[in-house]
Order: sequence, then structure tokens, then C-alpha cells
Amino acid sequence: MEAVMQQFFNLAIMERALPLILGGLKQTILICLIVIPLGLAGGLAFAIISLSRLRILRWPAVAGIDFFRAIPPLVLLIFIYAGLPFAGLRPSPMMAVAIAFFLNTSSYYGEIYRAGIESVGQGQWDAARSTGLRAYQTLAYVVLPQAVRNVLPDLVSNTVEVVKLTSIASVVALPELLYSADMARSVTFNSSPIVLAAAIYLVMLWPIVRLISRLERQIAT
Amino acid sequence: MEAWSRFLDTFFNPDVMERYFPAIMKGVAVTIEIAAAVVVIGTLLGLALAVMRTFRLLAVNALIVVFVDMFRALPPLVLVLLAYFGLPNVGINLPSFAVLWLVLALVLAAFAEEIFWAGILSIPRGQWEAARSTGLGFLGTLAYIVLPQAIRLTVPPLTNRTIAITKNTALGTVIGVGEILNQATTAQSFSGNATPLMMGAIAYVILFIPVVVLGRFLETRFAWRRI
Repeated sequence: MEAVMQQFFNLAIMERALPLILGGLKQTILICLIVIPLGLAGGLAFAIISLSRLRILRWPAVAGIDFFRAIPPLVLLIFIYAGLPFAGLRPSPMMAVAIAFFLNTSSYYGEIYRAGIESVGQGQWDAARSTGLRAYQTLAYVVLPQAVRNVLPDLVSNTVEVVKLTSIASVVALPELLYSADMARSVTFNSSPIVLAAAIYLVMLWPIVRLISRLERQIAT
Repeated sequence: MEAWSRFLDTFFNPDVMERYFPAIMKGVAVTIEIAAAVVVIGTLLGLALAVMRTFRLLAVNALIVVFVDMFRALPPLVLVLLAYFGLPNVGINLPSFAVLWLVLALVLAAFAEEIFWAGILSIPRGQWEAARSTGLGFLGTLAYIVLPQAIRLTVPPLTNRTIAITKNTALGTVIGVGEILNQATTAQSFSGNATPLMMGAIAYVILFIPVVVLGRFLETRFAWRRI
């Protein structure tokens, strides 16, 4: 027990690592502010294209969504960060993270939006169009508001996944929350800084995880 | 034309491909082994926890909820690093593949418990009452009436979650598990060529595209029927 406290809950070490870890938290929040809006916008575009009536548009979009859902995000990130320099492009860690996350999260968000749009009945389209609304107006004012409401739990839960996923940015040496904590760990030979980082993730995400459970259950019953 | 051949030479170099093909295949085998072990243990443990929750013992349920919430809120990479670097200092020495397997199985168990539990809750109370009134006991009702219906409902969300978590086997590269990504990055640094990374990415796509497509098929086949 003593050893466990010493190794995982060492308050003195946590206190020393705190400034470093808070700096990492700032980076994590910055990444989230970049990649979540990018993913939400890209996902919407992916979804609309993948529901297009034109096969030349629809097929590549569906293939793209499947492709980027099949590749683990870490593989994508390392491919972009370590592979592109061979082609003469040198993305900064932040740039590599933004590109990899854009491709990965837009496919996931895209799939969710698609399910949402499909859940809105054809009658809604027909009715809206017959009142004189144009196609894009129908989409924006009639279909999307209902679609988003139908898949809200999935959108929120995917956003939690994106926030958790930002931790892989540590692998390309972007000094976010986990990277800073791991730096502190390797200097102190003690796991308490990572426990501190885990506690910060918990404080940020636990309330949302609870909320998702509740939202999901409301829809299931 | 020259740029094109340089591109091919960098990302699709046949010599490099031939040299590192066995290493990548070894990685594929490791990835499949760990993924299979994670899926089996994770779903079974999740189902066991959900069943345990139906007994509605206050203390047990509170523990299950805390476990499930924590493993749903924490990034898997945080858990992997914590287990890999922390456990040896308290006298628990696990090889890196065991750490990866254990962490991912627990993460999957947490998500699976939540999904199974939502499935069990979605079975109307009348089903329970009707089954009990025919003389089936609590466990019989659960096993023959409730779970078969509940599990059917859980197939699509569970498949998608399982795919997402098995893809996390790539995190093993951070602690030196010899899976695909690890083999690919090692080969890339030895050969000074990006071809192994391309091979690794292709290996993942070949492994996971069928599962992603299957997931979409199951989603339409077993769609949650809302009333």
C-alpha cells in the first residue's frame, strides 16, 4: 500500500509537475479547439457528399469515410509526421495532428451525420421543397436541425473520443497534457504525474460521459 | 516524370517492400492475436458486469459504474503508459503485450457493459413479468428471455465500439509491442525509406476495411427498432 501511494499518488511530485502539466493542458485545449470544429465541418461536408445523387461524388466520399475509419489514427498521424518528410514536406507536429485528426474525425462525424440525415423521413424533404424552399434551404432549415437532434448523443460521444484521442499527439512530441506528464514521469521515475494528468482528463470528461449515458438511455426507452 | 518515379521510390520501393515484408507480416500476426484476445475477454467481461448489475446490489453497482465511467473517460494511451511504467514499481512485472492486452480489454469491457446494460434496460418490464409468471426463475428469465433480445439490440453499437478499440492496438508501438505500426516504424528508420510505413498503413486497411463494412451491414440488419 505504501509503495502504491508513493508510486502513484505522490503529492510532492505532483505539486512539482503541476506547472508543466497545466502548460500541457493548454496545448490539449488548443488542439481540441482546432480539431473539433474542423472535424464537425469536414464531417458535414463528407456526409452531404456521400448522400449525393451523383455516383461520381458519392462513391469517393463513401470510400474515403471507410478508408479513414479503417486506419488507426496513430498510424495516420505517424504516416503524416514521419512519412511526408520523405516527399519533401515537413509538417510541424501541430500541422500533422491537425491533418490526421481532420481526416479521421471527419469520417467518424460524417458517418454520424449521414445516419442522422437518413433518419429524417423523405416526407420532410418533399413537404419542404413543395413550399418553395430550395434544396440547400431544405437541408439547412428543415432536415439538418432534426438530423442533429436525432444523433446528438452520438455526436457528443464522438467528441469525447476526439478529446481523448488528442493524447496521441504526445507520440509526435507535441507538448500536450499526456506528453508533459510523461516528461515529468521520466525525470522523476514516478508515475504520479501521469495520475495527475489522468485526473485532469477525468474532471474534463466524466460529466460528459455521465450525460451521454443518460441521453442514450432516454433514446433507448 | 522524375517526380513521379521519386514518389514511387520513396513510398512503393519494391526492394524495401521485399526486405521488410516478413517483418510487417509478423506485426500483422501480433496485431491479430492481441485484437482477438481483447475482443474475447473484453466483451465477456462486459457482459458479466452487465449481468451482475441486474441483481441491483447497491455497492456492487456503484463499483461497476465507477469502473465503467473511468475507463470510458480516460484516454487509452494514458492507461497504457500508467500501467507500463507504474506497475513494475509496485512489484507487478508484465510484458508489454500483456499490458496492452489488459488495458484494451478493460476499456472494451467498460464500453461493452454500458451497451449491454442499455440493451437489458430496453427490454420492457412486461417481458420480465410474463416470463416470471410462467414459472421461470430470475436467472432463467435473464438467460432465455431478456439477454437474447438485449444482445440482438446491442450488435451494431458493440461492433462499432469493438472496431474502434481493436484499432488501438497501434498504441502498443509506444511501449514496444511488436505490432504492425511498431514493425513499420522500425523498418522505416532502418531503411531510411517511407515504404514500410505505407506497407503498415495498407496492412491496417486490408485488416479493417472488411470489419468496417461488416459493421455498416450489421447496423442496417440489426437496426435499433424505435417505437
